[in-house]
Amino acid sequence: MSAVSAWPAGRARLLRAVGLVGLVGMGFTVWLGLWVTPPDKVQGNLVRLVYLHPPVAWVALYLAFGTAALSSVLWLWPRTRSRFWDRLAVSAMEVGVVFTALTLVTGTLWGRPTWGVWWAWDARLTSTALLLVLQLGYLALRRVPSDADVRARRAAVAALVAAVDVPIVHFSVDWWHTLHQGATVLNANLSPTIHGAMAWTLLLGFVSMTLVFVWMLAERYRVELLNDRQSEAGLASAMAERWAESGGRAPEVVGERPGERAAAPAGVGS
Amino acid sequence: MWRDAWLVAGKDLRIEARSRVVVNQVAPFAVLVLLLFAFALGPDRAALAQAAPGLFWLAVLFVALLSVQRSSSVETGEGTRDGLRLSGIDPAGVFLGKAAAVALQLLVLEALLTGGVLLLFGVTVRSPAVLAGSALAGTAGLSAVGVLYGALSSGLRVRETLLPFLLLPVVAPVLLCGTRAWEIAFGTAAKGGGDPFVGLLVVFAAVYLALGVVVYGALQEAP
Amino acid sequence: MAPVVCFRAAVATIGRFPALAGADLELEDGEVAVLEGPNGAGKTSLLRACAGLLPVAAGEAEVCGIDVRRHPRQVRRHVGLLGHNPALYDDLTVAENLRFALRAAGASVSAAGEVLERLGLGGRLASTPALRLSAGQRRRVALAVVVARRPALWLLDEPHAGLDAAGRELLGELLAEALAQGASALIASHEPEQAVPLADRVLAMGGGRVLESRPGLRKAPPPVTGVIHVA
Repeated sequence: MSAVSAWPAGRARLLRAVGLVGLVGMGFTVWLGLWVTPPDKVQGNLVRLVYLHPPVAWVALYLAFGTAALSSVLWLWPRTRSRFWDRLAVSAMEVGVVFTALTLVTGTLWGRPTWGVWWAWDARLTSTALLLVLQLGYLALRRVPSDADVRARRAAVAALVAAVDVPIVHFSVDWWHTLHQGATVLNANLSPTIHGAMAWTLLLGFVSMTLVFVWMLAERYRVELLNDRQSEAGLASAMAERWAESGGRAPEVVGERPGERAAAPAGVGS
Repeated sequence: MWRDAWLVAGKDLRIEARSRVVVNQVAPFAVLVLLLFAFALGPDRAALAQAAPGLFWLAVLFVALLSVQRSSSVETGEGTRDGLRLSGIDPAGVFLGKAAAVALQLLVLEALLTGGVLLLFGVTVRSPAVLAGSALAGTAGLSAVGVLYGALSSGLRVRETLLPFLLLPVVAPVLLCGTRAWEIAFGTAAKGGGDPFVGLLVVFAAVYLALGVVVYGALQEAP
Repeated sequence: MAPVVCFRAAVATIGRFPALAGADLELEDGEVAVLEGPNGAGKTSLLRACAGLLPVAAGEAEVCGIDVRRHPRQVRRHVGLLGHNPALYDDLTVAENLRFALRAAGASVSAAGEVLERLGLGGRLASTPALRLSAGQRRRVALAVVVARRPALWLLDEPHAGLDAAGRELLGELLAEALAQGASALIASHEPEQAVPLADRVLAMGGGRVLESRPGLRKAPPPVTGVIHVA
């Protein structure tokens, strides 16, 4: 562990606990899903993917992407603008990409034996695939070197545009299918009837996946926070260098709120 | 805001009239795209007629990319971007004006492409209202998102490669709905009315125009 | 009288580089100050910050009574910046560029012809596309835009560079006229022989700060302010 820590020890412990509980819960879910719960009448053993795919999809689409989009809006709104939202947005988006990709993989795995094809152009898979591309675009945008504030602006707008786009894509693909009646066999919801032990396992799956996501999000956020602290430190040394150009000593505190004055520096004539 | 939009649209269109980029370069490119599609799909007239709506909208997307690149490159270089900000023009007005200019250019190009499609792919129009409605709504949406992303990527050195990657996924619904609407207009679709798709295109355009008006100012404020 | 420009310990960053590292500046109404200093001292950054183009991250910054940190867009209506890159659209003619800038600022277009004549851009030059102008002519067009907009604060970034002798004289005249009507000016310059005679004060900049101030050589009557009522 490095000497630099982003936040107090108590919070770090709590997060570790969250992550642990989440992973243990996942383990339980897998065990229950694979061995304890009964196979489905229609889908047989394939139904066991229901304990994985919907939770992953829920996290990817609503938790991760939803958090990223909401944070972006809160960052863009002048009254609530704060670096916190920007960091949260990028963390949520990055973690979300992983979950989105997993959603596609599990969805494909489930669909292949059921539908006979690797890919079906149904509304959910298609809009998830598009979401993945949009998220990758967001991350690519963030990688372009630029001023932190400018980068945050661009990314926030991109996230907002994507958030508005995904439901529209979903609707259009949906209507596309209602027109082409021949494709109804692929419309099958993949949702088997859930009851008894299956329902509890599914709930466990959802909860554990959520906990795992929260833990990953917090960890990623911590990295982002440390990055930010490092650039701020860089700014302080850049200020010192700049002052040295003119033979002065930079003030110790650089305030960030309007109206706050830096301490009077030495060596400035008037 | 509207006065400013009118002013900026006029300025962009006047620049286009002088430089003739759209007329000299983008229009021939559009026709070329149609020809290439025909080469790729083969001479079977039935297949071409079936694919015509999709090919048209694909061509529109490519052409829109070029138009948007051109529109945002008019303001590259610190001078003119600063100039716009210093002039005191409402950024929402800049957005609407530029979007209007791009939309107008796109409509002209689409007219050209429609002629090309009718000639080259041998389709007939059954429902001109759906055709025109979807084209108008789709164009409005494309212009809105395009100008917004043009501003988003302005000043980035990797703009040429990044802008398509950012823009195309967002306008995928336009491609989808536009194609379906045109299939219905050409009578090659299985069944159904074009209204839901035209409606969705209108929603798309309205949403992104509104978003652009709200957000464009924040994007312009990049030192 | 409130000062036109009031900066206290203003910090402005470009990326991670502190272009302004705690700049202090007070410019009174009707005053002309010249900024001098080596390349990279922050002169252009200070001018851009006054125009609301460069966000001020810390400290106080007020221009024409408006807080630049909170309302940069409002400030721009009151200032006219003559920067390094003239804001011209290459495909439009000189006259069209000027008319666009005027309409954008909400000013009337009727004075455009006059201003162009004054700056030696009348006649055939007025209908030449900006692309074909020389650097000096482009500067004149940019100056025409500033003049025509009649801002309360003139921000001139190395205005003498690229102008020939006639142009420099003209600049002096135009500036004097504007000052007589109550404007103020902040000029960044590498050419003290040209700039100091225009200035009430000369401010030396270095390392993103204003280091010292000395009086300039301008001999001009103080601007008439207020209205004299004759009973």
